[in-house]
Amino acid sequence: MSVDLDAVRRIARLARIRVTEAEMPHLQAEINAILKFVEALEAVDVEGVEPMTSVIPMRLPMRDDVVTDGEIPGKVLANAPLSEDDFFLVPRVIE
Amino acid sequence: MTDLTSLTLAEARDRLKSRAVTSVELTRAHLEAMERAKGLNAYIAMTPENALQMAKASDERLIRGEGGPLEGLPIGVKDLYATEGVHTQACSHILDGFKPTYESTVTANLWRDGAVMLGKLNMDEFAMGSSNESSYYGPVASPWLPPNWSREKALAALAGDKRGLLTPGGSSGGSSAAVAARLCLAATASDTGGSIRQPAAFTGTVGIKPTYGRCSRWGMVAFASSLDQAGSLARTMRDAAIMLRSMAGPDPKDSTCWPEPVPDYEAAVGRSVKGLTIGVPKEYRLDGMNPEIEALWSKGAEWLRDAGAKIVDVSLPNTKHALPAYYIVAPAEASSNLARYDGVRYGLREPSADIVDLYEKTRARGFGSEVRRRLMIGTYVLSAGYYDAYYLRAQKIRTLIKRDFERVFADRVDAVLTPATPSAAFGIGDKSSEDPVEMYLNDVFTVTVNMAGLPGLVAPAGLSNEGLPLGLQLIGRPFDEETLFSLGEAIGQAARPIPLPEPWWR
Repeated sequence: MSVDLDAVRRIARLARIRVTEAEMPHLQAEINAILKFVEALEAVDVEGVEPMTSVIPMRLPMRDDVVTDGEIPGKVLANAPLSEDDFFLVPRVIE
Repeated sequence: MTDLTSLTLAEARDRLKSRAVTSVELTRAHLEAMERAKGLNAYIAMTPENALQMAKASDERLIRGEGGPLEGLPIGVKDLYATEGVHTQACSHILDGFKPTYESTVTANLWRDGAVMLGKLNMDEFAMGSSNESSYYGPVASPWLPPNWSREKALAALAGDKRGLLTPGGSSGGSSAAVAARLCLAATASDTGGSIRQPAAFTGTVGIKPTYGRCSRWGMVAFASSLDQAGSLARTMRDAAIMLRSMAGPDPKDSTCWPEPVPDYEAAVGRSVKGLTIGVPKEYRLDGMNPEIEALWSKGAEWLRDAGAKIVDVSLPNTKHALPAYYIVAPAEASSNLARYDGVRYGLREPSADIVDLYEKTRARGFGSEVRRRLMIGTYVLSAGYYDAYYLRAQKIRTLIKRDFERVFADRVDAVLTPATPSAAFGIGDKSSEDPVEMYLNDVFTVTVNMAGLPGLVAPAGLSNEGLPLGLQLIGRPFDEETLFSLGEAIGQAARPIPLPEPWWR
């Protein structure tokens, strides 16, 4: 299995990482090298095998449905690149 | 007076208790050593004022006889642990300037037990790497010199791009270098595919990755949530055990954290290994395997037999699928975890016209090339049309890998003995990464353990013909770190002691 340049463009879009046209072929080669490496897995018989969901036998613990946190806008915004009035500021979001 | 930085963690603990030395003296000695070792680049953030404050408070508690298990002991913290008010960036540019407003559970446990923080340690960016070369802050030089290098040659390389100097392994390269160079008594580290164990093997130190869920992941910068685990790196088995006991424990804030209390790991160090059964898996004997590694592995089995253990051959048939399956599962989980780095709430933000521009430019600028590579693979294997063929399949193979171990442990095997790494430490710049897979092959013996969620420990076992450290790995049953510590100590007793390098860098 390998990817062409269109697939690399699509993946970059999905991953929200700007990749220039000049960088594309090298990245394509890197991705294909890894896909070649994992190719061997196609031959493994996984018939009737459950995918691993939890690596230790643990049930999701439950707790009481009460508020135990919050009212700390200062802390939440402390590392914000840009903020105002308890909001994170961002450039426009195009619909 | 003995060089205080040459004490083990346990020795320092005893001297602090008896007041033969103060925490301030011990901390000062380490801060001075760190200054002189700046060239190694093990620490990427030093916190001397804070350290001395913590040391002073520890001394006051020790005088009153109120010390905790780690009271006054100076340690280093890997950069991916959230330390309140202190640089926490997982050595990535994308978390530029991030200072958490909260403390990770693991480090909070260390401060609860009285430890003193010296600073934050270098690592591969977002824990993705096996050599610490992908760090935004540059590589770490191992305190071990390359064979036949003079001090002058080493100092010249240190002042330049460090090419040719040995890597201390990765991703916990800062941790392993700092411990081996005596820049801290022990260090916290983390392990997703071998990031504690391989650096321990490369530097002649002890590293343990406990069972998945033994330590809380709350406040750890996440790489792959079903594989990541916190662990300790130290110069002796006893020291690693003492550290792990403080680090580990239940945490309601991490729903994957095991709720049972932590045993006294230190008590297991020195316990007899008579009657234990050790499995030697044939599938770990690779074609073209380095004969020194193979010989050391046999020696390790011999030592354990001499100590009273029974050695049996076992089979873990799905071993060869672990590394490729890991390089699907880990990048996939990383692509999900690293989606949060978008320039909005913290870290780097690139000037941009609209929101998507912001995301794309910030992430392109902020992530290094190894991270970008893995995020792209991860995104691909989770995308529509490929999820079943790649991610789901890899997760099924993971079940098979775990089942192999369960079968072996059910057959009354107490632990499995394997090599730790395919070679001794290599040079910075050696694996030029034209083929990304070349670097990944470093993890071949270690990833199986993360895939199965089991505990893994690396004990220094010998030196290569060129005089570089080699380690052996022990894989245990879930939550049976105690057996690993007792076996690791038995190996340590049988092996010739490996003296850590004298400082050539100051």
